[in-house]
Amino acid sequence: MTRLRDSGFHLKLTDHNSYMQKLCKSDICRLFPDLYKRFGMESLMEKQNNKGWLYLLPAILFLGAFLIYPLIDVFIYSFEEGYNSASQTFYGIGGYNYSYVLHDAYFLQALKNTFILVIITVPLSTGLALLISVALSSIKPLQELFQTVFFLPYVTNTLAVGLVFMILFKKTPYSDGLVNLLIHCFGGSSVDFIEGPYWAKMFVLCFYTVWVVMPFKILILTSALAGVNPVYYNAARVDGTGRIRMFLKITLPMISPMLFYLVITGFIGAFKAYSDAVALFGTNLNAAGMNTIVGYVYDMLYRDSGGYPSYASAAAIILFSIVLTITCINLLVSKKHVHYH
Amino acid sequence: MKKNRILTIVTYAFLTFWALVVLFPFYWMALTSVKDYGAYNAEHIPKFFTLSPTLQNYADAFTTVPLGRYLLNTLVFTAGTTALMLVVITLSAFAFARLQFAGRDLVFTLFLALMMIPGELVVITNFATITNLELRNTFTGLILPSVTSVFYIYLLRENFAQIPDELYYAAKVDGTSDFRYLRRVMIPICRPTLVTITILKIIECWNSYVWPRLITDDANYYLVSNGIQEIRENGFGRANIPAMMAAVVVISLPLILLFLLFRRQIMSGIARGGTKG
Repeated sequence: MTRLRDSGFHLKLTDHNSYMQKLCKSDICRLFPDLYKRFGMESLMEKQNNKGWLYLLPAILFLGAFLIYPLIDVFIYSFEEGYNSASQTFYGIGGYNYSYVLHDAYFLQALKNTFILVIITVPLSTGLALLISVALSSIKPLQELFQTVFFLPYVTNTLAVGLVFMILFKKTPYSDGLVNLLIHCFGGSSVDFIEGPYWAKMFVLCFYTVWVVMPFKILILTSALAGVNPVYYNAARVDGTGRIRMFLKITLPMISPMLFYLVITGFIGAFKAYSDAVALFGTNLNAAGMNTIVGYVYDMLYRDSGGYPSYASAAAIILFSIVLTITCINLLVSKKHVHYH
Repeated sequence: MKKNRILTIVTYAFLTFWALVVLFPFYWMALTSVKDYGAYNAEHIPKFFTLSPTLQNYADAFTTVPLGRYLLNTLVFTAGTTALMLVVITLSAFAFARLQFAGRDLVFTLFLALMMIPGELVVITNFATITNLELRNTFTGLILPSVTSVFYIYLLRENFAQIPDELYYAAKVDGTSDFRYLRRVMIPICRPTLVTITILKIIECWNSYVWPRLITDDANYYLVSNGIQEIRENGFGRANIPAMMAAVVVISLPLILLFLLFRRQIMSGIARGGTKG
């Protein structure tokens, strides 16, 4: 046993994995010197065989059936004109589905809502998350408590907590709701945020979206900030650099890759917004005038106006062309401003 | 020094403010759920506390609407999806990390490329597939499309790959089969990663809304997300907000408890590459 222990190969392993401790590379070298010299461990042990495919089979089957085939199929659907899901027939191939979707007033409304949501929430949530993370990493006592609290929205059911937001903002015959109470305190007049004017509804949607996406951003930025080598700060401190300058010249460049990652995922996520809106305004988003692009896709697929997979496909493809374009623009912009190290 | 003190106070004030913004909805939901129905509706100006808490709303939530059924469905769905996914991803990750076969690296690259496919794009055909197989309103239909996750395969493969090859050679010398090696050595060593993946998947399943909504229209198969939407639209009648909040508390509590128990694993797992928003 001592010989084996001294073989220069240590691993923290529990005792019940007994044979792991039995033989190590050096032992094999000692026992079969000729073999080892001739073939090396690799060729001795690593047989090429096709058993690997057997292990991969379940994953390949599932991915093929529910990811690759649908991806191809969605393009086909989007060009089949007049597709009927009951008889599974269509009468032509062309771009009509796209032109229908692009002229549909509900789609244009959804497009507008989604763009407004993206433009407001992405910069706002990223900026706020940066501010909170910087504040969080500058304190010692209570840091963990704050971290835990800030992360809570991540593990909550979007639909369920959305109901709480609805109640906080809603104006009913019995009561004006808590938020309106607050507005009264500051001398404003009450607004129905859930069934009232467009901007009030958009405000609630943006507020709830930011509330939901903050935990992820705070978490990523806090760990990015913790990863900045303190040597830089110490050097700057010796030079007498001010706080703000230190933040702009050291912290920001050092965390810029993560910040950029958050902007990209933020854009992608916000473009796919849907369940937040359902949580606040109910399933009939078209009636509320608060539909999003993804909501439009699902409504076309199913629900009252449903049964139009071709329109749904066309809308989905339009959405992802937009997302792809914006992501490419982001990548181009980042080349100039992001410092990878 | 004085400037520093002010800065610290401002920092704490700011953090406390955001903590209140985060916690307030939870407080409000718990508070409303124990308010008496009549008393709640009589409050023109909402009260921030209640002196006569009642559990009647919780009783209502379980008796007036099938909340227990929704919870059970979600539990079955979550357990089924997570268990199947763990098997599928462990086998694939093992093949990619440990076995040698022609085309392995090419297939792995293709798998990674699949991560870029957005779920919203494939839902349309999957909906058609499941409908055509007449699997709507079944657990099979709910579970099947989400049993593989390329991202988790990738995460697990990276972890498997860190296990020194020497262990494998030693096991081979002992005549251990590949599968036994996977079961007895690799899985125990990588248990922390597997636990993290399991928890992240549970959170994802518990909160999934879009797919279950498309695939179920029979309330017997509703998951909690669809259940709460159903409760909101035709459950207690629109006015019984306290009972609705009781249902929301019941739905939110399991995940919050899970989070508090596995806080570190969840947060480090998500920092390593989870996404939301």
